[in-house]
Order: sequence, then C-alpha cells, then structure tokens
Amino acid sequence: MADLKVNIGRLELKNPVLTASGTFGYGEEFADFIDLNRLGGIIVKGTTLHHREGNAYPRMAETPSGMLNAVGLQNKGVDYFIEHIYPRIKHYDSAIIVNVSGSIVEDYVATAEKLASLDKIPAIELNISCPNVKEGGMAFGTSCPGAKSVISAVRKVYPGSLMVKLSPNVTNIVDIAKVAEDEGADSVSLINTLLGMAVNAETRRPVLSTITGGLSGPAIKPVALRMVWQVYNAVKIPIIGLGGIMNATDAIEFFLAGATAIQIGTANFIDPQVTIKVIDGVNEYLDRHNIKSVKELTGSLIV
Amino acid sequence: MKKYIQDLQVVNKMILSKEYYLLELSSNQPLPEVLPGQFAEVEITGSDTTFLRRPLSVHDVDYDKNTISFLVQIVGKATKHLANIEVGKTLNVIFPLGKGFELINNSENALLIGGGCGIAPLLYLARHLKKQGVKVSTLIGVRRSSQLIELDNYKKYGEVLITTEDGSEGTKGYVVNHPVFENLKQFKKIYTCGPEVMMKAIAKRANEAGVDCEVSLENMMACGIGACLCCVTETTEGNKCVCTEGPVFNIHNLKWQI
Ligand SMILES: Cc1cc2nc3c(=O)[nH]c(=O)nc-3n(C[C@H](O)[C@H](O)[C@H](O)COP(=O)(O)OP(=O)(O)OC[C@H]3O[C@@H](n4cnc5c(N)ncnc54)[C@H](O)[C@@H]3O)c2cc1C
Ligand SMILES: Cc1cc2nc3c(=O)[nH]c(=O)nc-3n(C[C@H](O)[C@H](O)[C@H](O)COP(=O)(O)O)c2cc1C
Ligand code: FES
Repeated sequence: MADLKVNIGRLELKNPVLTASGTFGYGEEFADFIDLNRLGGIIVKGTTLHHREGNAYPRMAETPSGMLNAVGLQNKGVDYFIEHIYPRIKHYDSAIIVNVSGSIVEDYVATAEKLASLDKIPAIELNISCPNVKEGGMAFGTSCPGAKSVISAVRKVYPGSLMVKLSPNVTNIVDIAKVAEDEGADSVSLINTLLGMAVNAETRRPVLSTITGGLSGPAIKPVALRMVWQVYNAVKIPIIGLGGIMNATDAIEFFLAGATAIQIGTANFIDPQVTIKVIDGVNEYLDRHNIKSVKELTGSLIV
Repeated sequence: MKKYIQDLQVVNKMILSKEYYLLELSSNQPLPEVLPGQFAEVEITGSDTTFLRRPLSVHDVDYDKNTISFLVQIVGKATKHLANIEVGKTLNVIFPLGKGFELINNSENALLIGGGCGIAPLLYLARHLKKQGVKVSTLIGVRRSSQLIELDNYKKYGEVLITTEDGSEGTKGYVVNHPVFENLKQFKKIYTCGPEVMMKAIAKRANEAGVDCEVSLENMMACGIGACLCCVTETTEGNKCVCTEGPVFNIHNLKWQI
C-alpha cells in the first residue's frame, strides 16, 4: 500500500482523488454506490449568494467522447446550503469543499465569509468562469485584472484553503494561474469546461437552450493535460488537474504532467463507482512501479 | 429507495417489429422492489459513438423468474447498438430510479394512454393497478397498425383501445380522437406516457373534465441520479429534476399551458 496522502497548501488530503463540482451533487446522491468516506475530497455543487434557478431546459447534449452542459449554476443559495445541506454531509470523513460562484465581487466575498464559519469546510474553490455582470458579462477568469479583483478580495476574508478554478477559455492560462498565485491562492484547479456548441441538423436549431455550453469528458483531456503541464512549469502552488479523467491511467497522466491531486467529473455519470476504482488503481500503479508516495509522481514526466 | 448498480444478464431478446425489441435481463441477486413508472440507466458498452448511459423505463418485473424487462424503440445510436446484444451477455444497469406512478385503489377506473414507445412503463403499471382491484383501460396510439406490439400482454389487465394515424386499425387519428374522450369522467385517473405534444393534449382534456392525470416525462438525462441537474422541468415549485422528482408528474404540478 503506497502513501496516497497529498498536501494542497495548508490542507492535507488522505488521497488525491476529489470529485468535480456540479457532477457529484452534494455527495449524498452517490451514497448507495460508494463509501464516501474513502474519497480524498468532495467538491460540492456551485454555490452562489442567492438562490438561482439555472438555465431553461434543454441543458445537455451528448457529443463525441463527451457532453455539453448549460445548467447555469442552479442552486438554492449559500444560506440554504449552510442550514439544510451542510448538517447532512459534514460527518463524512473526506474534505468537503464548496465551489463558489458569483457575478459580482461582493457576492463572492459574502459567500466566502459565510462559509468561513463552518468548521467542517476546510477549503473553498472559486469558480471564476462566471460572467462578471459589472464588466458587461466578461468572465472574471478570462482577464488578469478580473481574476485579480475576485481572488484578492476573497483572500482578505477567507482564512481557509483557497482553491481557484481556472477557465480554459483564455489565450494564455499561465497568466491567470500566476495571478492566482500572486494573490495568495493555495492551489489552482484546472480545467473548467471548454465553451462549445451543438446543432440539430434536422430541426435546424441549437440543441441547448443557451445555444452554447460547457464541454466536458474525455474529449477535453488533451487540452487539460497541456494546460496542467504549462501551469506546472510556471507556478509553485499545487495544481489540481481535471478534464476527462475516466480511470486510474488518466489520473496518473495528470500527476505526471504536474498535478498534485485530481478531480473526477463527467465520468461519475457513466460509472458512479469510478472514484473508488481510480483510488485503487492509483495505489496499484504505485505498488507496481515501486513508488512509495503519490507525491513523487507530480511533474515527474520524462522529457 | 436504495439504488443498485448491477451487471444483469440478457436472458431473452425479442424482436417485436422493425423498430421495437424487448430485452429481458436477470440478476444473480434477488431483484429489489421496483415500482411502476421507475426507470433504469443502462450502460452502452462497445459503441464508439455513444458516451452516456441511456434511460429506459421498467417495462415489467417477474419476481418468480427474477427478471426485469425493457421495451426499446430504435431511434438512434444507442438503441440500435443495444438491439444487437446477444443473449448471455451482460449489461451494467443502475436501478430502480425516480418516483413511480401514484396508484389508485379498488373498484375505480383508470385510463392508461401510451403513444409509441410511451407504452413501455404502462404494462407494469397495469399489472399493479389490476392487483389493487382497479378496472384498467389501455389506449394505445400509433401511426400505423404495423407498430402495434404486445397487445395480448396489455389485454391481460383490461380492455385495449387503439388509434392509428392512418386508420389501419382502431379509431383513425390521434389518441385524443378516440371516443373514450367523450366520457372521461368515468375515470378516476389518467396515466400517460409518450410524445410531449400528445401528453399535453391529454392533459388539457383531463383538466377540462376534472380528472386527475399523471404524465411520465422523457427529458434528456446525463446521470439519472440527481447529480448533474441537466434533466429539469419547470414546476410550480421551480425547476425540478425529472430523474429524481419524476419521471412521473401530476399535471397540476407542471407549468404546462393547458
Ligand atoms: C425516464 C425515461 C424513460 C425512458 N424509457 C424508454 C423506454 O422504455 N423505451 C425506449 O425505447 N426509450 C425510452 N426512453 C427514451 C430513450 O432514453 C431514448 O430513446 C434513448 O436515450 C435514445 O438513445 P439513442 O442513442 O438511440 O438515440 P440518440 O442517437 O442519442 O438520439 C436520437 C434521437 O432520440 C431522441 N432522444 C435521445 N435521447 C433521448 C432521451 N433521453 N429522451 C427522449 N428522447 C431522446 C432525440 O430526439 C434524438 O434526436 C426513456 C427516456 C427517459 C428519460
Ligand atoms: C453538469 C455539469 C455541471 C457543472 N457545474 C460546475 C459548477 O457548478 N462549478 C464548476 O466550477 N464547475 C462545474 N462543472 C465543470 C466540472 O467541475 C469540470 O471542471 C469539467 O466538467 C471538466 O471535468 P470532467 O471532464 O472530468 O467532467 C460542471 C460540469 C458538468 C458536466
Ligand atoms: S439526469 Fe442528472 S440530475 Fe437528472
């Protein structure tokens, strides 16, 4: 049995396998299929200051080796989370991390402040891919000043481990990662979904109600790996890699490219037990290669 | 209800027509309780062109044989791929999912209406209703008579009424053109599954007649277990997941313009 423990800034995880926000509900949805206590971490659904109904149906389109979604951050708001959901999930013996979204800086800050008071939430993950309504809908995560404004404001009020989730829909993801590091983020998570689109030729209409949506699944894995590698070579803070991970081999590839931990998203829809299979598979790989700790894998790509 | 993920073995495959086939799967463990109207998410392996699981309604459960069956219509890649599966092979299935139909009680009349593949969940429902002492009438609407399948099975639980769009059997037209709609008040409840336009037309008539009506929705699903929020429908209490709060909804809880 190899050592699977990893450190994400000030946070220690018992293993490097987390679930990606928006693909694993609040964890409970999977309780019939796996022992949630075995996960390194559970990153719950995107949470905003106020209740959001999300986008209109249809919100999903299957695409080659992946899917598009346009859920639009449907959630009942942070107060509802704290009052009703947190008490049900806080006893799990894996790090419960809340993914935070907003359309103005003040909302991110207010949400982070509320979450800071919960002792069983050791970290938050800032989703900076949302449109910044004050700046005309441009996402915070697609410009350095935008990213800086959110991250620095949240860092001032949030004492826990601060993860920043980066959007791949940028010219140079390294620039945004550096901003996150400079503003005091403990780690960066990459990548969020790639902007895409699906068309129904017969009806001549877009498949999604929003016309465009976020692409996830194995289709985006090469892009995600490339970005993890680029960011690994440019920043010192740990990287949590994700994008199309379907099995332990995929996870190992992300470690080699520079990730300290990984997240599993869309794969949970196809196999709700995939997370446990990845944990066991990573352990088996380490034993087979005589590697004592998963930490040794990070960035050990032979080039 | 607890959900299971199991490898089920195909013990029987029946080609019913050019478009429809029936798969009967058996489990090596005793099957859990499955309610009429619930569905399963079936993994499609060996197909390069499909990625996600596919939702299929539970068509019937035979606890003596320990089998569960699905009635499938070929509409695209996955349903075509599944049609070629050989007896003896296994399918990975997550079930039972969603909430089923709300049953009524003895000596009342129920009208079950299926359009196309929408008849799939109605057989198991008819079986349960009959067991409760309900008098069941099943109305099946198709385009042409060659699409009528499994009529004898539905007849086991009550009368079967038919409409065909081309008039090749039963009443010509859509299901709502059937004479039974002239006296809807004889029914305590209407249960329906099929194309949304059909269900909306039925819901409108049920509403006018003051008859309770449940519809089973077939929204596009990615996970089937309430994790992705892709499958929502608008209800009087906001967006609800069809996979966990449905697929069966009472029409009064939906925001249909009827
Ligand atoms: C709760 C539920 C129960 C269902 N029960 C049955 C059943 O018992 N028997 C059966 O044959 N089918 C059933 N369906 C529909 C079935 O899931 C789809 O026909 C199937 O997913 C199509 O897959 P495909 O790859 O063959 O088609 P694709 O190639 O993916 O698509 C072909 C066409 O099928 C339609 N379609 C695709 N996915 C869905 C979907 N999820 N719902 C409705 N239409 C879709 C679309 O119009 C699409 O253009 C059910 C759907 C739901 C949500
Ligand atoms: C249905 C769905 C909902 C998602 N919701 C969120 C969200 O609320 N916040 C977020 O940061 N990312 C969200 N994501 C993005 C995923 O967390 C992940 O970054 C992306 O899907 C890539 O990983 P994957 O290929 O393993 O799924 C969502 C993805 C999907 C498919
Ligand atoms: S299909 Fe994922 S929540 Fe319903």
